Amino acid sequence: MNRFKSFVIKEFYHIFRDRRSLIVLFGIPIAQVLLFGFVITNDIRNAKIAVLDYSKDDISREITNKIVSSQYFSLAETLNNDKDIEGIFKKGRVKMVLVFENNFAHDLENTGKANIQIIADATDPNLANLLVSYLSAIIMNYTLDMNRLAVVPMQINMESRMFYNPELKSVYMFVPGVMAMILMLISAFMTSITITREKESGTMEILLVSPLRPSQIIIGKVVPYVLLSFSSAVMIILLGIFVFGMPVEGNFILLLAESLLFIILALSLGILISTIANSQQTAMLMSMVALMLPTILLSGFVFPIENMPFILQLLAHIMPPKYFIIIVKNIMLKGTGFSYVWKETLVLIFMTFFFIMLSIKKFKVRLE
Amino acid sequence: MKTVTVNNISKSYSEVKAIENISFDVNEAEIFGLIGPDGAGKTTIFRILTTLILADHGNASLLNYDVVKDYKKIRQIIGYMPGRFSLYQDLTVEENLNFFATVFGTTIKENYDLIKDIYQQIEPFKKRRAGALSGGMKQKLALSCALIHKPEILILDEPTTGVDAVSRKEFWEMLRQLKNRGITILVSTPYMDEASLCDRVALIQKGKIMQIDTPNKIVNNFEKTLYAVRAGNIYRLLQSLRESELTHSAYPFGQYVHYTAKESLNDVADLLDHLTRNGFQNIEIQEIKPNIEDCFMALMS
Repeated sequence: MNRFKSFVIKEFYHIFRDRRSLIVLFGIPIAQVLLFGFVITNDIRNAKIAVLDYSKDDISREITNKIVSSQYFSLAETLNNDKDIEGIFKKGRVKMVLVFENNFAHDLENTGKANIQIIADATDPNLANLLVSYLSAIIMNYTLDMNRLAVVPMQINMESRMFYNPELKSVYMFVPGVMAMILMLISAFMTSITITREKESGTMEILLVSPLRPSQIIIGKVVPYVLLSFSSAVMIILLGIFVFGMPVEGNFILLLAESLLFIILALSLGILISTIANSQQTAMLMSMVALMLPTILLSGFVFPIENMPFILQLLAHIMPPKYFIIIVKNIMLKGTGFSYVWKETLVLIFMTFFFIMLSIKKFKVRLE
Repeated sequence: MKTVTVNNISKSYSEVKAIENISFDVNEAEIFGLIGPDGAGKTTIFRILTTLILADHGNASLLNYDVVKDYKKIRQIIGYMPGRFSLYQDLTVEENLNFFATVFGTTIKENYDLIKDIYQQIEPFKKRRAGALSGGMKQKLALSCALIHKPEILILDEPTTGVDAVSRKEFWEMLRQLKNRGITILVSTPYMDEASLCDRVALIQKGKIMQIDTPNKIVNNFEKTLYAVRAGNIYRLLQSLRESELTHSAYPFGQYVHYTAKESLNDVADLLDHLTRNGFQNIEIQEIKPNIEDCFMALMS
């Protein structure tokens, strides 16, 4: 036990004396969460639009006002000719142009029908779609208000409510994803590097020629990172709550326990990498390619798994972060208890055991 | 009982034969030296003995523990100092020593007596990080760490490479003291002059042992009469001697050329004659006692 204790102490010395590992452990998580939270956001706020109003009547002006006074859009320019539309898109000044036809109010009042054209810059298709649907919603609302008094023969009223994230904040989506990504990064990345560093510096040679057992070496290497990664996880959750107003509807302790499980899983992956890689560079590259990219692309963090090609969907199912993100979203947003996430938890536990067994089997008691 | 027995071991790395049919024994409390140039296979032999790699053929045992079967036992009784400085550079001198003491289930206090003479020299710097030590101090620390658990056999892979002359001398004195305490020491070195400090040496070249004996006997076995020759430009001298019919061997050695003749009769006169005929001046010929390096060169040819 003494042996083990001094091994862990030694490991803490390494971490706290290496500025780089401290930055990876604490700097990166904070920077990532803030970045994803503030910068990379799908929310629409003050998107610039232009209006081409051939009619210039009360109603067209009223609609324009209503659109501009919402927090989603701001009027950047008023056009006079449809030839200007192309030009203004090319300059990139606006994302969307709203066109009112001639005699807009007149037609509406007399025939009960008038046309608005929405032209969007679709170089970013997702954004264009989003803008169009926001704008349509505002116009739809306006027509509904107009018809309140009139009698319409038959009508289906649609009312939608967004559960669990009523304001459609993208932070709610990013925080669990970033958490999975960062825990994967620190845990797997750091452990794989710290073990290969011993190989590179030749100290592994001395550790092997000592009465230390392989399990003591591995667990001793991992324990400090469990503690540090866990504090990182807590930090991310607190940032989510206090900076971005994420709710934690479910049990906070359960959330922490699941995070701990995921950390141990990531660490066991890191150990596995370090048993294969012989240099820090290889270990770094392997954790980048094999862990980071799939975590970002295939976990359902950025792109929905349901829309992927079949083969990628299969791959996504063996990505540990996928299950962790489901669990975190369930606990934080839906407030569900363990009975709703036990299946995902079981998958994570199974994966952890699998990777630990594999790394113990692969750990070499000799140099070759 | 022999402390270390090595029986016909061979080891290849893919196509390259690192060592071939190596056999030797080491007695209790003996300083046994593996002497040979870089790439001779010294490190491979030590790694097999320290259970770090497996031999392709043959077997070896330390205190009757087999290096393959009983590797766990062996790891308890040996102290190993690899060729590269392999301590934690970001830990201080004291932290390194403490760490290795606890890893082997002991404390600095318990075995302080054994490392006292060595450790005292670096103790003033015990708060300094190991990475910031000089070469000689690093070696002393590494030796202290290898000794802290009172090993019965000490295996040192090129401990004096890259260490200044004074520290090297001190280091060998320490080894002698450890031997007097009953510790068996296996040491490798590329420096031929260090061979005379061992009790017995094995001269090793290209993975094969050429001779095993005490340094004295190896030197006494030198058959020819050896001369140190000097005359003006050493490079021209060497060339001329190597082209000469009279020459058996000629090697540069500092400012001299070490020379042996094919025929021992009249060898000095013949040599002098050859050199004057070839236009050398200030010729200096002197009979000398061969050293280990001369023997090594003679064995190689």
